[in-house]
Amino acid sequence: MAGGIRDKVAILGMGCTKFGERWDVSGEDLIVESFTECMEDAGIDRKDIQACWLGSNMPQISVGSSALPLSLTLHTPFLPVTRVENMCATGTEAFRGACYAVASGAYDICLALGVEKLKDTGYGGLPNLNVGGSLISIGANATPPGQFAQLASAYAAKYNVPMKTLKEAIAHVSWKSHENGSMNPRAHLRRKVSMEQIINAPLIAYPLGLFDCCGVSDGSAAAIVTTPEIAKSIKRNQDLVKVKALQIAVSSGEEAFYTEWDGAHFMTAARAAKAAYEEAGIKNPREEVSMMEVHDCFSITELVTMEDLQISPRGKAWEDALNGFFDLKGGGVPCQVDGGLKCFGHPIGASGLRMLFEMYSQLLGRWPEERQVPNPRFGLTHNLGGTPATNVCSVAIVGL
Amino acid sequence: MIGIRSYGGYVPRNRMKRKKVFEAMGWVNAGNISLAGGEKSVASYDEDSITMAVAAAIDSLNGIARSDLGGVYFASTTLPFKERQNAGIIAGALAMDEAARTVDFTGSLKSGTSALISACEAVGAKGTNNLMVCASDCRLGKPGSSQEMIFGDAAAAFVVSDQDVMAEYKGSFSLSHDFVDHMRGSDAQFDRQWEDRWIRDVGFDQFIPRAADGLLKKFDLKMQDFAKVIYPCYYPAERRNLDKILKMAPEQAQDPLMESIGEMGTGQPLVMLARALEDAKPGDKILVISYGSGCDALYFEATDRIGNLKKARGISGFLANKVELDNFEKYLAWRRILPIDMGLRSEQDNWSQWSLIWRNRKAILGLVGTRCKACGTPQYPPQRVCVNPQCLAVRQMEEYCFSDKTGKVMSFTGDNLAASINPPLVYGQVGFDGGGKYMFEFTGCNLEQVRVGMPVSFSFRIKFYDQRRDITAYFWKAIPMEEV
Repeated sequence: MAGGIRDKVAILGMGCTKFGERWDVSGEDLIVESFTECMEDAGIDRKDIQACWLGSNMPQISVGSSALPLSLTLHTPFLPVTRVENMCATGTEAFRGACYAVASGAYDICLALGVEKLKDTGYGGLPNLNVGGSLISIGANATPPGQFAQLASAYAAKYNVPMKTLKEAIAHVSWKSHENGSMNPRAHLRRKVSMEQIINAPLIAYPLGLFDCCGVSDGSAAAIVTTPEIAKSIKRNQDLVKVKALQIAVSSGEEAFYTEWDGAHFMTAARAAKAAYEEAGIKNPREEVSMMEVHDCFSITELVTMEDLQISPRGKAWEDALNGFFDLKGGGVPCQVDGGLKCFGHPIGASGLRMLFEMYSQLLGRWPEERQVPNPRFGLTHNLGGTPATNVCSVAIVGL
Repeated sequence: MIGIRSYGGYVPRNRMKRKKVFEAMGWVNAGNISLAGGEKSVASYDEDSITMAVAAAIDSLNGIARSDLGGVYFASTTLPFKERQNAGIIAGALAMDEAARTVDFTGSLKSGTSALISACEAVGAKGTNNLMVCASDCRLGKPGSSQEMIFGDAAAAFVVSDQDVMAEYKGSFSLSHDFVDHMRGSDAQFDRQWEDRWIRDVGFDQFIPRAADGLLKKFDLKMQDFAKVIYPCYYPAERRNLDKILKMAPEQAQDPLMESIGEMGTGQPLVMLARALEDAKPGDKILVISYGSGCDALYFEATDRIGNLKKARGISGFLANKVELDNFEKYLAWRRILPIDMGLRSEQDNWSQWSLIWRNRKAILGLVGTRCKACGTPQYPPQRVCVNPQCLAVRQMEEYCFSDKTGKVMSFTGDNLAASINPPLVYGQVGFDGGGKYMFEFTGCNLEQVRVGMPVSFSFRIKFYDQRRDITAYFWKAIPMEEV
């Protein structure tokens, strides 16, 4: 019986750049920025790194394909470097590769680094990359907001929630993230916004308005992982943040092409979460999970994900959102404690590691009191790449 | 007996008041005020001659299996392709068998009747059977021109057969001339015409009576023998005069639909025929005359089977399903006369990979997916391994056509970010009745009409237009089902 990865890998150090419209820097600059902070935090020498995983999603406009963008930027001395790409779960996949390498005993110390340079397209939203294949012949000319907006129509119909009420619930989701992001100097969007501004913003894809959509930005984040034993020997006076669970679930086509799925939740997220809780030994997620960074590419994505993560009962996440259950000091399970994709934007390859950076920092109690979650034990991160019907979903749990 | 086994038509849902056109462009030709009555039908942003012909063809099937069709004769002067057979695209949309005869008829406004004559004679000669004849046009007048005022878009379709004939083809008479009243060169976007008075006095007034006389003499008939007489002529005053020249009684006149559709080009006489057949009674004789580079005159007689149409909406059904297009600039943008800002996102290169399209031709043009022979689950796009999680059978698939199915909206949105010539782009998940699911763009509706659970059918439409390479790409969209 496979034993999973619980407590087999510890995070030795992490780094995270300022996310935003970094007009003045390249993807290579971002790699150096997150790597430098990560190495200072880890307290090791560059020579100690034995293998690297690079996560980046869009080679056409970002840093390019293969592992070379990392090795040529950092001049890693002929180390094994692997580039991974799994849509929005790319950053978490880089982390997973590094963790599995350590857990297997193949290496002692590994680097996982995610990076994406998106803001060189000339327009807002994710790049519309030229696609070939049959997709242009038969696929709807859909954008990410349009894909995810459909969750709202299906959710409202399934649970008989008036669209006006659902709109308020998802507005609260964005409002809360902006409150959190306003306190975070690394965030891209740092302004607080009012519920009225959110609700009355121009429509991007019905019923999602501008503030229901996350930003698009440049950024990078990195982690050094090792065995708990090595970590303990280096960080004698510090709590160890250990990996409790790493799970991904990938769409089978059942959602897109088989009739059963209702379009009001994520079949992948429900499965990845269930597996992650089992791996981490969490019995009652609503009670045990201390905080979350989930994939709030759109407010409605975050809302329905709360049900797939078993934090809210089915059909009830909108009530939890309106009741402030996910607010930083709301007495529930704080979500998007750093501001989320909403305020950080979504440099695809970096996001998963950016989320882990926040959980890691919170677990170590590194933040000012105003934005520090008190006494956290388990931090959950979640990524969802693709569309509600066809996606890659990762759930990671780290803890003390 | 050879003749029309079934018939159908199509009129685009969008209608623009001619007054609206005149308000926008009357300053160019103040005299166009005389043409500013009624309305014209306007093909939607995702429609052209081919899609309208497909809609008419589907309307005309009347229970005839697509696999029984012997081919497609497609007549139009606004063919989207010069080389790449347009009729072949229609055959693909109808998911017809490859053993089909497909021909494009073009070059004159009488090419529709020429296609119908050719079809009747081909079936008569036992060369083929159940030929689908479609006529459709989407002609453009220059902004400010009289043609812009009067042209309208529509299509008609007929299944020509030697069985179950509703209207027997009795014969025809043709005359041909290089008479250049309207013309377009090989790359012209807009119609160009000679003086109206010459067209009227030398064109309509002489050719139509000569064609009628020729047919009457050939079959030893009198004008009074016909229940309906169909001929094109877009000058209302001249129609009254021609009725007199032809010695027609008022009840013999068939409405040219100028007030509700407009001058339909190749489709004109055949849309009028499709409309006339809706009212025909057994034994009615119908004279159809086309006009353009001469005339064809065709003689039909309704049989006892006339009125046997089951599901066709016909010209009158589509005429009744309308929405006002009250935005002249939108019309200009749809017809690619006025370039609009669709954002940098629209600069995405849509690359038609013909070898890939060929491999997937049935899925793209015909909306043909697969059905698992092991568990019976329909699935689109075609799958190799069954998507039913309880089945997962490998390579147990048979072809399954979805285009003639209905479905229900499962989720939807109106996307303002997507590059579209008609924003917001409305699309969503559709579950097919009988199984299968796919995300479709929606057409023939606006966002406010769409709701979860709404019944839809499927319409063959323009998917995108690749301006760089002048390629029109087609696919199916979901369209709200009309309440019957």
